[in-house]
Amino acid sequence: MMGTDKTLTVLGATLLALVAAGFLLPDWAVFLLTLSLARGLVVLGLLILWRSGLVSFGQALFFGTGAYTVGLLVLFAGLRDIVALTVLAALAAGLLAWLVGLLLTGYRDIFFAMLSMAFSMILYGILVKTELLGSTDGFNVPHPTFLGYAPAGEKMRVSIYLWTALVSMAAAYGVHRHLSSTMGQLGAAIRDNEIRVEYLGASVRRVLLIQVIIAGALAGAGGAVTAFAVGHIDPDAMAYWTVSGEFVFVTILSGTGHILAPFLGSLLFELIRSFAFQYSPYTWQMVLGTSLLLIILFLPNGLWSLYARLRKGG
Amino acid sequence: MLTFVAILVDGLIYSSWLFVVAVGLTLIFGVMKILNVAHGSLYAFGAYASASLIGAYFNAGWAPLGSFAVILLAALIIGVALGLLMERGLLRFMYGRDEVIIVLVTYAVFLILEDVIILIWGTSPYFAYQPYSLLGTASFGVLTFSNYDLALIGLSVFIGGLLWWGLTATRQGKMLQAVIHDREMALAFGIDVTRMFTITFVIGAVLGALGGAVTAPQISVTPGIGVEVIVIAFAVVVVGGMGSIPGAAVGALIVGMIRATAVHLIPQVELFVIYAVMSLVLAFRPKGLFSRAEARKI
Repeated sequence: MMGTDKTLTVLGATLLALVAAGFLLPDWAVFLLTLSLARGLVVLGLLILWRSGLVSFGQALFFGTGAYTVGLLVLFAGLRDIVALTVLAALAAGLLAWLVGLLLTGYRDIFFAMLSMAFSMILYGILVKTELLGSTDGFNVPHPTFLGYAPAGEKMRVSIYLWTALVSMAAAYGVHRHLSSTMGQLGAAIRDNEIRVEYLGASVRRVLLIQVIIAGALAGAGGAVTAFAVGHIDPDAMAYWTVSGEFVFVTILSGTGHILAPFLGSLLFELIRSFAFQYSPYTWQMVLGTSLLLIILFLPNGLWSLYARLRKGG
Repeated sequence: MLTFVAILVDGLIYSSWLFVVAVGLTLIFGVMKILNVAHGSLYAFGAYASASLIGAYFNAGWAPLGSFAVILLAALIIGVALGLLMERGLLRFMYGRDEVIIVLVTYAVFLILEDVIILIWGTSPYFAYQPYSLLGTASFGVLTFSNYDLALIGLSVFIGGLLWWGLTATRQGKMLQAVIHDREMALAFGIDVTRMFTITFVIGAVLGALGGAVTAPQISVTPGIGVEVIVIAFAVVVVGGMGSIPGAAVGALIVGMIRATAVHLIPQVELFVIYAVMSLVLAFRPKGLFSRAEARKI
């Protein structure tokens, strides 16, 4: 496995394809891709946790923290640079994940899931009651600048998209490195049997805490770029528990077989959502629920397992 | 002093509502180890069915007091029908799979049912205030409470008592306790665990629907009422210890009282104080207040 890292090549090629797509595709498609990549960032974090046997039903906590960090810094500190803001949002979410993680990592299975959901509802409750941040209406996020460059009109959308693509692929590479490290490899062992991992001399809680922090920071970055892409943030779209539910849904949809799977899954999710909204707005959740059931029943390892199966057969 | 009484009574009313809503969830978890996210849909279905039936009942012009029987009937119909459909039609194929996967299955059912509700009842609100105004109000000095709300306290005590009696004093209940303690051993002693599961799920579903059915006269029934109920019911159940019925009662009391206090004294924190309490309890008692220790399995 040493020597040439195939994943790096794949990620580089994907980034090139994404950049090309940004210039070739129509406006709405670029917007859709931006949202998919941002959501993919969050799901990438869930993938790490999933591999260690944890499912967080409260990732909107960090997603919302990222988005609101951006909003606050833009509104009250006058910061406009997208690079600095994305990094700061990821840091803020990571810091929060560290604090929350100290408590969360004592739990497993549904307790982990439900406790993380409870924490995200605390944030939601605070945001809804904070007049300063527009309560349930939220507020608009002005356009960012890119290291001093301030694009106008259509170029703005493409610039945000390119930045999102770069962040996503860089994050994917980082997660790939983490998963191939000793600590990342311990995840599967923890999933199988924690006590044996402890007997081997590794600290389960430390590994999980670091993974919760990574997942939190990724969700924060995802929230930050979403805030810029949409240009608006509000508690219902950023911090409600149903948002976390959608993240978990995409995780199941994608499967955890490859670090690119979350991005593909998110893209499919956004596509289904756009079309469902357009053609039958009142059955959107039904479409979502039915596909979730079908995937759990017939494709328990997600969409990526289709590819793996094809390659094995061919 | 006045505020104190108001907090106490409001807290009791809210606690009883919480108990009715949460007890079905904890019962199902205790017996089947299934965390039923679709409990919120059962609540919403119960509320809609109750509102429609009450409307039809009053249009027919029968004796107004009979509308309380209609509420119970709505809960029974919805709970039995949906409960059987979910357990027999879907969940039984999932037994033995990861608990988290089953949570996701019930989450999928919840999503589907949310839209089924809209397809059946549309998006405009339903009102069924008649039973609520029928009972009038009671005054304690300057404070006025609705008798309907106060009756809810009685209902929750009755339900709690009934469940407790059923579990500890009847043959079926004792068999159920055996299943709760050790599923395999119960099976080995000849208890029909599959049947127990179905019965438990239906009872839990009826309780969920009942929660919605008795709430319908107090609110305007609109799409999305089930979403909030799920998280709040989870909070109650987790505070008390998942799967414990006395736990659900204590959890409901704690959460209800604290929320009532917050509403009267610091309304800004009303929404999140529940979850803050839940996190605090879990920080000290990781499995809730009423939970049995579990052996570590190597």
